[in-house]
Amino acid sequence: MSYQVNEQGFYGEFGGAFIPELLYPNIEELQENYLAIEKSPEFQEEFHQLLKDYVGRPTPLFLAKRLSEKYGAQIWLKREDLCHTGAHKVNNTIGQILLAEKLGKKRIIAETGAGQHGVATATVCALKGLECIVYMGEKDIERQAPNVARMKMLGATVRPATSGSKTLKDATNEAMRDWINNPEDTHYIIGSVVGPHPYPDMVARYQSVISQEIKKQMDGLPDYVIACVGGGSNAMGAFYHFLDDKEVKLIGVEAAGLGVDTDKTAATLTLGTPGVLHASRSIMMQDKDGQVVEPHSISAGLDYPGIGPAHAWLKVSDRAQYMAVTDAEALEAAVECSRLEGIIPALETAHAFSVLKDLDLKPTDRVVINLSGRGDKDMNTYMEELNLL
Amino acid sequence: MKNKLTELLKHKPQNLLNIFFTAGYPQLEDTTTLLTALENAKVDLVEIGIPFSDPLADGPTIQESSKIALENGMSIEKLFSQLENHTPKVPVLLMGYLNPVMQYGLEKFCKKCQEVGVDGLIVPDLPMYIYQTEFKEVFEKYNISNIFLVTPQTSEKRIREIDDNSNGFIYAVSSASTTGSKADFSAAADYLGKLKDMKLKTPILTGFNIKNQQNFKDACKYVDGAIIGSEFIRQITDVDDIAKATANFVASIK
Repeated sequence: MSYQVNEQGFYGEFGGAFIPELLYPNIEELQENYLAIEKSPEFQEEFHQLLKDYVGRPTPLFLAKRLSEKYGAQIWLKREDLCHTGAHKVNNTIGQILLAEKLGKKRIIAETGAGQHGVATATVCALKGLECIVYMGEKDIERQAPNVARMKMLGATVRPATSGSKTLKDATNEAMRDWINNPEDTHYIIGSVVGPHPYPDMVARYQSVISQEIKKQMDGLPDYVIACVGGGSNAMGAFYHFLDDKEVKLIGVEAAGLGVDTDKTAATLTLGTPGVLHASRSIMMQDKDGQVVEPHSISAGLDYPGIGPAHAWLKVSDRAQYMAVTDAEALEAAVECSRLEGIIPALETAHAFSVLKDLDLKPTDRVVINLSGRGDKDMNTYMEELNLL
Repeated sequence: MKNKLTELLKHKPQNLLNIFFTAGYPQLEDTTTLLTALENAKVDLVEIGIPFSDPLADGPTIQESSKIALENGMSIEKLFSQLENHTPKVPVLLMGYLNPVMQYGLEKFCKKCQEVGVDGLIVPDLPMYIYQTEFKEVFEKYNISNIFLVTPQTSEKRIREIDDNSNGFIYAVSSASTTGSKADFSAAADYLGKLKDMKLKTPILTGFNIKNQQNFKDACKYVDGAIIGSEFIRQITDVDDIAKATANFVASIK
């Protein structure tokens, strides 16, 4: 079975490009060029040079001894939190800014939830001297103030999305509207493996450096690769080069919010049904009339009612397993990782750590957790929730 | 049952006025009031928007009306039950995003459209190739026209392809604006002139920020008619009598 995208942009029944005609030329331009540009020697040279000298790759694969001891298995941490800007998001923005340059675009737009993708986009725009506009839900602007300030310091304009739930989904709508209104000079850097084809494949390719490095850094194959999923980009990057190694168990962890039996949740694959959101067919949270349901997660980066179509396909075809973790469990896991390993993870990432307690691990099992981002941006939430003041 | 849209277009009429409103706005039960008022005012076609939580091809006015309509309790089910009580005298189109239609069920949706006298559909996020492979057969079975959009960025080759696949009219929009933005109409003249010169077999209606009689007349110099959406929504917002506001507005255009 193939887990890669086909020529029409589908992963099994999921994916495609359900775009208004208004976006057709933009998407067609990307579909026709993204692979050729990515494969060109100039792109490859500059991409890898920037990943090495600017981002700081390869990121270490660290054996977490105290966590290993606690859970009775070998726990390895892929340190994406050590990337420049503090999360894996920059792998993708480096790739897309080079693509935008090759296509002659002058203006960059992006959506952001937690602000990590917005910061990573503002960063590469500063690096390349391109205009940068980031759409961010009004509610997220409030709860992620430090990242808003970082984007502004980097010279980006942050525009609040004031419609709907005022979070990531609405920021995505606003960014797509901007692109419709500015079809010629603008490139839209989507931050996850969502949106119309070719975005899910393109972003997965730029993020696949994560699993490529894990493969090189490990002697043999791991037994588990675990990553959190909102849209699913860090998970797809961590899974990518293991997709055909069936003996590697792939686990995606989504945000259950207050619990999958409540209406305050963002556990899309656990609770969702097939539908079309943000121009791709995937699994999404919706009511019986097909209206999108407002999600909830303590972590802004997982607070999204959809998921990348490749993940929907990996779930339906049983290649990956998806689990859901509540806000409270994620907070507990964040504290544990901090105190056992001296690493404060992002709230998103903490969800991935939380499933260690639920797995039936053997001492010989080798578990890789993708430590997708660092927790500095979440200190306000940690301070409030954990009474750290 | 005859398709009122294709019947109307057979005779190559000019200066067609198509008015758009959002179902369930301003009040849940306003649908048939507005339909009747528009028919009495002698508009040529009516387009009814099915509200969606994430209308990404729409501008602020229609977004807001959709939000309120959903809060009022509008749904596809509800809309069909309202339309069952009204036999339309003019061609009626539904405009709606793909997801609610898919959840309702495509075949059931098209069948219901035919039953209540809906003649055509505009589904902005249904791309042409998906329409051809998965939808066309069902649309044709129930005699529903599918309306495609073109923009100033659409290539001539693709416009010709759309022309070949159309069985109603072509909806020429500005890609430099989601619906209802404030750009000047004059910017559209070049583009509509080019479309006119292509001598397509399918009639063209444009929805280019048309707000008043002058805009409407200007548009009709190039194409077969125009669609007024956002401006009409503004005209029926915060008024005491939507039927009267409708009559006055249409009279000011025609």
